[in-house]
Amino acid sequence: MADAIKKHGVKTSISRWERSKNYRIAIIYLLPSFLLFGLFMFYPMINSLFLSFFFTDAQGEATTFVGFENYTYLFQSDSFRQSVKATLLFVLYTVPTSVIVSLFLALIANEKLRGIGFFRTVFASTLGMSVAASAIIWLFMFHPTAGILNAFLTAINLPAVSWLQDSTMALISVALTTVWMNSGFAFLILLGGLQNIDDHLYESARIDGASYFYQLRKITVPMLSPTLFFIMTITFINSFQSFGQVDILTGGGPAEATNLIIYSIYREAFVYYQFGPASAQVIVLFIAVLVLTLLQFKFGERKVHYQ
Amino acid sequence: MRKGLLYLLLCVSGITVFFPILYAFSVSFMTSEDILRRSLVPTNPTLQNYVDVFASVPIGHYLLNSFIVATITTFGMLCVSALAAFVFAFVPFKGRGGVFILVISTLLIPWEATMIPNFLTIQSLGWMNHYLALTVPFFALAFGIFLLRQHFKTVPQELYEAAQVEGLSTFQILYKVVIPYAKTSFVTLGIFGFLTTWNMYLWPLLVTTNDSVRTVQIGLRRLQADEVATNWGMVMAGVVLVILPTLILLMVGQKQLQKGLTKGAIK
Repeated sequence: MADAIKKHGVKTSISRWERSKNYRIAIIYLLPSFLLFGLFMFYPMINSLFLSFFFTDAQGEATTFVGFENYTYLFQSDSFRQSVKATLLFVLYTVPTSVIVSLFLALIANEKLRGIGFFRTVFASTLGMSVAASAIIWLFMFHPTAGILNAFLTAINLPAVSWLQDSTMALISVALTTVWMNSGFAFLILLGGLQNIDDHLYESARIDGASYFYQLRKITVPMLSPTLFFIMTITFINSFQSFGQVDILTGGGPAEATNLIIYSIYREAFVYYQFGPASAQVIVLFIAVLVLTLLQFKFGERKVHYQ
Repeated sequence: MRKGLLYLLLCVSGITVFFPILYAFSVSFMTSEDILRRSLVPTNPTLQNYVDVFASVPIGHYLLNSFIVATITTFGMLCVSALAAFVFAFVPFKGRGGVFILVISTLLIPWEATMIPNFLTIQSLGWMNHYLALTVPFFALAFGIFLLRQHFKTVPQELYEAAQVEGLSTFQILYKVVIPYAKTSFVTLGIFGFLTTWNMYLWPLLVTTNDSVRTVQIGLRRLQADEVATNWGMVMAGVVLVILPTLILLMVGQKQLQKGLTKGAIK
């Protein structure tokens, strides 16, 4: 009897312990992630918002509360307006081009041919290239006198281009470098998407005598749309975050033509030590990316065909 | 006919995409006369640029730093992500969906939006010029948790139950059953983590101010800034040393990476 009670008692305490077991495991296993997310993601996000309402000293300590003054300062500043303009143009140059180029590469690399693996590796190779290394190579190729691009243009009797010195061309040159750098990742993902499309669809289309471009329009693009959508969103976010290529190729110049938003934030905060206005730019950037991403999901999603 | 056209397109595209990389290799073996003449291939191949780059900057030390940082980050990322992914795949509790959405929501925070406070945090922790600053902030990664969770969910329920009946502890189940089963996703995330950490630019630029822990990307920028007017061959030798490890990693792991990433990107 005593034994039974004891057993019973033990059993209930075990079962309560047992019942909370999942919670305990979850807390312990999720702790590292959430500590890190908290310290390096959620807290800084709130802190950016906080800093954007203050003047700060050179150590980044908030000194005076100024309300929206940093924001009004931003919107009146020519430099910031220029940076918004440059960023939007840059997105316009890079996103469609990246998607089209990598889709083209993925389409031709998806054919079953001898030696195709070699071409796939070549097309994916820019994924292994760092921003610094890529930008330096292109810097050399863009060089007005030593650069191979102008040598090539001269060889085919075209006038030399001042790639990085002219304010219109500079942004295009940075965009060109960025498209090249993006192409590896986008290619790999799109190729994966293409390989997931069921072969039977093409077989029956071929039996019906559909042309390559008809198949492309009616089968490939619709079936690939979730992947295309994913790539568009990623490329879009990436171009908002371009920094290294600007830093190495142009340093934001000439005449701030390539002063993209991240570069502008970097300069404001870590060159001029204006953490308040820099944080206000961060918040504007965050809201812009968030709104545009949500819009893309809202409108992009409708056109997307899921299997 | 169609085949011929395809090979033509493949070759032209391949040369266009790969040209900057090949050209960097080529220039790294050129003498300054070849560079001035804008040659495509070195007429008189030399290793002098490589000798010079080792003599002028501590590139070996930068490379070692990058290896240490990329290895620690990859390992930390795998551990932290695996623990979290295990919970989201196998440990049901009330509110788990909400917690998972919280993790995924961090994907909407661009890393750059957090860099100013993060820089201040690193400063106040006294982590400037320390490996900690270059590794720890990147251990938790929503993409990593998401990718591993997708793969963990493919572990057969019977296998999981059998492990429980065997009396394995939760942690034992994770590293004796789940991790071996989802090994490919670990390799994918590992390659991805190593590539991105190795190639990181802005953050190391902010948190390193001297050569003690400075990574090779920042070393490269310094080399380029110091040498721009004088010695392109040497700068390209530096570039080649930086891209070689990741290009090799990519060539070895490309199939793996593609399979794993596709699975993560498309459900």
